Amino acid sequence: MHSPVPRLELLGITKRYPGIVACAEVSLSVLPGEIHAVLGENGAGKSTLMKIIYGAVKADAGTILLNGHEVSIANPAQARRHGIGMVFQHFSLFETLSVVENISLVLDEPFDLPALAVRVKAVSERYGLPLDPKRMVHSLSVGERQRVEIVRCLLQDPKLLILDEPTSVLTPQAVQTLFETLRQLASEGVSILYISHKLHEIQSLCDGATIIRHGKVTGTAIPRQETAASLARMMIGRELPVCQAPAYEGEKRTVLTVEALSLISEEPFGTNLEDISFSVNAGEILGIAGISGNGQAELMAALSGETTVEKHSIHFDGEAIGHLNAGQRRNRGLVFVPEERLGRGAVPPFSLSHNALLTAHRKGMKNWGMVRYSKAREFADQCVARFDVRCGGSGDDARSLSGGNLQKFIVGREIMLKPKLMIVAQPTWGVDVGASAVLRQALVDLSRNGVAIVLISEELEELFEISDRIAVLAEGRLSAAQPRGATSAESVGLKMSGLFDETSTSQSSEVSHASA
Amino acid sequence: MIEQLIPILAGTLAAATPLIFAGLGELVVERTGVMNLGVEGMMLVGAIAGFAAAAETGYGVAAGLPAGALAGAATAMIFAFFALSLAANQAACGLALTIFGIGLSAFIGQNYISYSLPGLKPLPIPLLADIPLLGPVLFAQDAVVYLSLAAYAAVAWTLTKTRLGLLLKAIGESPESAHAIGYPVILIRFGAVAFGGAMAGIGGAYLSTVYTPLWVQNMSAGRGWIAVALVVFATWKPTRLLFGAYLFGFVTILQFHAQGLGIMLPVQFLAALPYLATIVVLVVISRDRRVLQNNLPASLGKPFLP
Repeated sequence: MHSPVPRLELLGITKRYPGIVACAEVSLSVLPGEIHAVLGENGAGKSTLMKIIYGAVKADAGTILLNGHEVSIANPAQARRHGIGMVFQHFSLFETLSVVENISLVLDEPFDLPALAVRVKAVSERYGLPLDPKRMVHSLSVGERQRVEIVRCLLQDPKLLILDEPTSVLTPQAVQTLFETLRQLASEGVSILYISHKLHEIQSLCDGATIIRHGKVTGTAIPRQETAASLARMMIGRELPVCQAPAYEGEKRTVLTVEALSLISEEPFGTNLEDISFSVNAGEILGIAGISGNGQAELMAALSGETTVEKHSIHFDGEAIGHLNAGQRRNRGLVFVPEERLGRGAVPPFSLSHNALLTAHRKGMKNWGMVRYSKAREFADQCVARFDVRCGGSGDDARSLSGGNLQKFIVGREIMLKPKLMIVAQPTWGVDVGASAVLRQALVDLSRNGVAIVLISEELEELFEISDRIAVLAEGRLSAAQPRGATSAESVGLKMSGLFDETSTSQSSEVSHASA
Repeated sequence: MIEQLIPILAGTLAAATPLIFAGLGELVVERTGVMNLGVEGMMLVGAIAGFAAAAETGYGVAAGLPAGALAGAATAMIFAFFALSLAANQAACGLALTIFGIGLSAFIGQNYISYSLPGLKPLPIPLLADIPLLGPVLFAQDAVVYLSLAAYAAVAWTLTKTRLGLLLKAIGESPESAHAIGYPVILIRFGAVAFGGAMAGIGGAYLSTVYTPLWVQNMSAGRGWIAVALVVFATWKPTRLLFGAYLFGFVTILQFHAQGLGIMLPVQFLAALPYLATIVVLVVISRDRRVLQNNLPASLGKPFLP
């Protein structure tokens, strides 16, 4: 029995950036028709490796073999000619163009949009990826945008398809659809490189896996024969940390009530909020699930006070605060951690102690309008020590910290303000597993001290790990919040695609049947 | 009454022509996300280069326009080097280019101050020119006016119907994405800036060799700035730009006639009127912030290095 020639083989790929080795002598091989996982944490070097294969980044050393022949790939156009297609984590689509226009920009063929639209339609139907070629991209959901990227690759007849964290923005149902498409492609002989840090996905989809940590290959495995724990050990070098969430035993009172909140988005492609109502109690974490772009940014702005709304649509601690701005709300004990760490959560070129000053100046850092820098430094030093922020010290610039460490600092800064209510958006986005666990535990501990928390997140696992109740924000509307134990990832996933009218009416009819 | 209108309308087309050229050029540049505020300077360099070429070679406009185009494009390359290759601040580079163009054109123009050129005879189109009212207004213009309309049609067609137009728009929206899928963003932007410079140069050369065929220092008199404003208020759409340019041309000619009729308004006010009227009307048309934002090239003015 002879082994078949690998579709792709990497030998000793090395890429150095100033101060960091992104990939160190990475080797891997993918057979024709194989779905091969590249598993690793955020920042392990997976994305750099894929960009090298796709010609977007040049390796310092190493060899790339395609079908047994050494090739050099200087740019993405050349990669496409070699039959390599790539679906980016952050989509490379143009919002103001239509689907078919976007696709036409990567094809090396005569410009004929109507004919291309027909082909787009045909390919999208064949692989179960329904698409309207004439729609403008800005009107598409994130899942639909990903379909555009995939169809765009498929039209080039790829022999090797690279998907970089393709499920990070999909509902569980959309993930299943994607997997079926990928299996169909593999059965037709297409090799697939699947980049992810989600263990259960890799176990259900992939035939083989290469695990990378700190730019080095730490092992290869057949995912189905491994346990999640053994894969995690290879990926992060230890067991997956688990969050401890004891029951809340303090006083139960409502801290935040939002009633019939509607908001017209100020962004050109934003989502309007429609009639949003919910409440959060002390000692409770309310999870708001949903895919970004469904009103998450607008809800965050309305709750934090960045956008002011009608006075009585938000009540905080018994007071109507809808008309108050962010500073006035902060004075009352409402703090927030925005999604954008650099630019909203922290000022990138400011030191940590200056960044502490931005929200913590209320804690005795001013004297007759003059800043007391020693107090700010003290505060920042405490925050760094207490929340295990890995950095040189409170004098470091915010931008010099890794995503996880900066987020620990920002969340820590807000926790140290002793708030009554904290609103957090996507706290662990792009944060490595270790720091994510620290952050989640910090949120749980905070809530158990009687603070109400609103957690806006795309990560279902995170929501199910630490939320007490879960609501879904889809297309600008919020579903009723349900206790974590009374709902499931599937049901939340359905609601994420905007289907909660049906489920809520069927539930209410069940209730009426039961009472009758 | 109608007879009086004919010369006004006919003059409108000629008065708008420099703006159409310069505006279309800047529109293409801004579609790719680059803001070149040096239009005024490039127009002046084009004007003096065109004038000098026409005067020295004796071929008149036939030498003037190509010379203006070349000079405008060459001037634009100075901007492109700093703003694109070195990713310097685009607004600052553009302003510097305008100051440079004013100075350079005045310096070269010293030798041509008492010169005048024969200009260009109207080229009536047979049959069409005989249509009452419409004929003398539209079809008895000089050749460059027809050329400006052809340029409008070509730019509008390219932007909406071709892959190149799509690519320009895509680069203006997200140079990062265009780079990720493998397009040479900087090179394409260089091409657009060169085109913008050439068009501004042609506009300037039309001013100095046809519209008022003599050299006057600083003769573009702010038309480059109006062209930049037109592009924004036209929400980066060629047809609106054409409309704005004709509005400017119409008020320009109208106020000449008003001066002739002895209307009791200060001449300075009348001379300012075209600028004022154009801006006011365009601001009113484009006051919808959403329309403006939806058409705004998202990367406009932001430096990009791959």
